[in-house]
Amino acid sequence: MSTSAEASRAGTPEIPDSKSRAWGLAHHFESFAQQQEASYLGMWLFLVQEIMFFGGLFLAYIVYRTGHPEAFTSGSHELDITLGGINTVVLIASSLTMALAVWAAQKGRSKGIVVFIILTILLGGVFLGIKTVEYSHKWHEHHVPGPHFEWDGPDAPHVQMFFNLYFAMTGLHALHMVVGMALLAVIAVWAWRGAFTKENHNLIEGIGLYWHFVDIVWIFLFPLLYLLGRNGV
Amino acid sequence: MSAEPTGRTHYLNADYGVKSWLLTIDHKRIAILYLISITVFFALGGLMAVLMRLELATPVGDMVQPDTYNRLFTMHGVLMVFFFLLPSIPAVLGNFLLPLMIGAKDLAFPKINLASWYIYSIGGLFTLWSMLHGGVDTGWTFYTPFSTAFSNTYVISTAVGVFITGFSSILTGLNFIVTIHRMRAPGLTWFRLPLFVWAHYATSLVMVLGTPVLAITIFLLGLERLFHIGIFDPALGGDPVLFQPMGWVYSHPAVYILVLPSMGVVSEIVTAFSRKRIFGYKFVAYASVAIAVLGFLVWGHHMFVSSQSPYAGVIFSFLSMLVAVPSAIKVFNWTATLYEGSISWDTPMLYALGFIGLFTIGGLTGVMLATLGIDIHVHDTYFVVAHFHYIMVGGALMGYLGGMHFWWPKITGRMYPIFWSKLSALVIFIGFNLTFLPQFLLGYLGMPRRYHAYPEDFQVLNVMSSAGASILGIGYLIPLVYFIWSMRYGKRAEDNPWDAFGLEWETSSPPPTHNFLETPTVSLEAYDYADREEKRRAAEVSASGAVEPG
Amino acid sequence: MSDHEQVTGVGAYVVVFLALMVLTSLTVGAAFVDLGPFNDVVALAIAFTKATLVVLIFMHVRHASRLTKITVVAGFLWLLILFGITLTDYFSRGFLG
Ligand SMILES: [Cu+2]
Repeated sequence: MSTSAEASRAGTPEIPDSKSRAWGLAHHFESFAQQQEASYLGMWLFLVQEIMFFGGLFLAYIVYRTGHPEAFTSGSHELDITLGGINTVVLIASSLTMALAVWAAQKGRSKGIVVFIILTILLGGVFLGIKTVEYSHKWHEHHVPGPHFEWDGPDAPHVQMFFNLYFAMTGLHALHMVVGMALLAVIAVWAWRGAFTKENHNLIEGIGLYWHFVDIVWIFLFPLLYLLGRNGV
Repeated sequence: MSAEPTGRTHYLNADYGVKSWLLTIDHKRIAILYLISITVFFALGGLMAVLMRLELATPVGDMVQPDTYNRLFTMHGVLMVFFFLLPSIPAVLGNFLLPLMIGAKDLAFPKINLASWYIYSIGGLFTLWSMLHGGVDTGWTFYTPFSTAFSNTYVISTAVGVFITGFSSILTGLNFIVTIHRMRAPGLTWFRLPLFVWAHYATSLVMVLGTPVLAITIFLLGLERLFHIGIFDPALGGDPVLFQPMGWVYSHPAVYILVLPSMGVVSEIVTAFSRKRIFGYKFVAYASVAIAVLGFLVWGHHMFVSSQSPYAGVIFSFLSMLVAVPSAIKVFNWTATLYEGSISWDTPMLYALGFIGLFTIGGLTGVMLATLGIDIHVHDTYFVVAHFHYIMVGGALMGYLGGMHFWWPKITGRMYPIFWSKLSALVIFIGFNLTFLPQFLLGYLGMPRRYHAYPEDFQVLNVMSSAGASILGIGYLIPLVYFIWSMRYGKRAEDNPWDAFGLEWETSSPPPTHNFLETPTVSLEAYDYADREEKRRAAEVSASGAVEPG
Repeated sequence: MSDHEQVTGVGAYVVVFLALMVLTSLTVGAAFVDLGPFNDVVALAIAFTKATLVVLIFMHVRHASRLTKITVVAGFLWLLILFGITLTDYFSRGFLG
């Protein structure tokens, strides 16, 4: 399985004394390669966990949408395709800048890391700003679920169900972005101080995976929430 | 602990003081932190069980109010499942032993390991807080719509506690998987791994893949209850039954989080005390993974009578029986390992044999419950209660205690008293069966679970069960006392008191902070006692040849 | 990753970004065309393609070890199992009328 890890450990096992160890290599790893593979796998397992976490929400969405397609369509028509579309573009662009930040890390360019991470944070901020505008529209239109909710058309309970899921899914997604942006800010500071090298940039790689995952969630949320029944049928 | 005569430094005396424990990233110390916390929760959960059995000693509900009784069984379930059984073997024994067994200095992510303990503790505090304020009465499954629309107890704070604790479980599983993949000592191939490690690998898969679904389900439950929106509430357009598959997607596989590690422990003990290679190593190893995977496909057996489609019912019935196959493979292979082995009856072995017997009963009654017709008859009766206690107490808990007795000398460097430990195994076995065998009959005769009063006809069996519970309670107290006693007065343990196989026995007892003074290399197959004997003999011969000239 | 890692170039990232843009407009466009039940199929197929591009290129799974690939696939497979089995129940409830 772990071919390179095994290869790197196949030689005579030596415990390097603390002084000779490279900076950033934890005490219980033999090599940077082993440490990096461990953190990469760990991050992916965390994302698998995230897949299942969001998966439960998607399951509820599928069950209710197949049960009440008309209500979901009329709920979806209340969402603003333009804002949703712009946000999709913004978020994918932030994924691009994130990928470039990792690329800069692989090349060992600290300045590049900082620039691309700041761009990523900014794009994330734009996304959340637009999301806030959308949320406040919904608030004024009385489309936020709860006692405040109003709906004139047919099947109000299930239209509300659409908005329950809309807010739960986009809300959790936005929460993930806030967490991601906070982590990115910390990493930008560290990168500015030159904490990352060509060998040792696990953290950037890991946070990058997380950010792309958040992007993927949106890639599915956008058509499932915004684009229902737009063909007028 | 008294001073070390040899003056040797190990993980326990390397540092003293509260900070050296609360900020430790040593997996062995974190295991001890878990051990203390789960023991507290076990005691609390046990107390609730005692109160319930006292109430049920008489048919009339006189000791506690019905509302109180509802809270008792709910908190008993929540504490025992989420705060004792789920972390028991993985977080204590797994944490302690995994790195030792694979010859690593620590888990892959030591800081995340410590964070898991804190997350677990925070979740525990939420739950304790709700308990002190009056508890919850929804049953440990938090079924909607009762939990969201009707119950006026502390549902949210308890659910938040369970939600938070879930992430401790996820992080532990993640840590284990990465550790097993990336940290094995040179020469330790997958099929040389101890079966304990295989079992924990399978357990970790369930933890990582299943727990998040429970988390999101609880999240939705909290949303609904907090903001009065209808995700499950039928009055607001929701489907209350949707909560059940979403909850059981995790909660059935959770049973395998409890019992798989226990099976791993039993595989270790049975080989060590039969002095034989395990029969069908690969079958036992793959059976762990098969149980983990199949365990995800069977949750519908909890919904046979709750508006689930009968077609789905048939499929779930079939899939549930399928899980019996890998489970039976394990039982047969342990039995075959015993065959013609040179068996010694030390305390861990008594517990392990107890596990095999009780788990078999629990498993077979599980097959009965997976059968649609029988399930409809005994649904929500004491038959079900008895069945899952045979799995979760007779199985998981016996394995945990067996493991504690097996590795206690390694963990603390001390031996416990032999007589008392054997007595405890016997008392627990008798007490357990006396408690739960009558419950099979009660359930079959139609006594429903979760009531604090019952018709007089059921009293004899209920008194037997309550009497058994008191014996069981004493049985649990005995090890608690002698384990604590042994830490100060116990005989010093050798590095390998059982002459068992495995890397954890090759380091000293208790192990040094970084586990091994030199990274070990592995050249033997797992449990190859015969080969090891041969090598030892050869070494003796060459040694004696060197001393005696000619 | 450091020594045996293949660094994906900037060009590849930009190409993927442009492809994702094209697919985004495609999915919006397709939503306004009446394809009957296939509207959902097309929307999901496009979303899945986009996700695959992100996973393979942005997340470097194309050059990752077999273990990582298995992990990724297992994650999505498990999700499908979750959906599949639950929906088996929901969709077969009506069979008895
Ligand atoms: Cu089950």
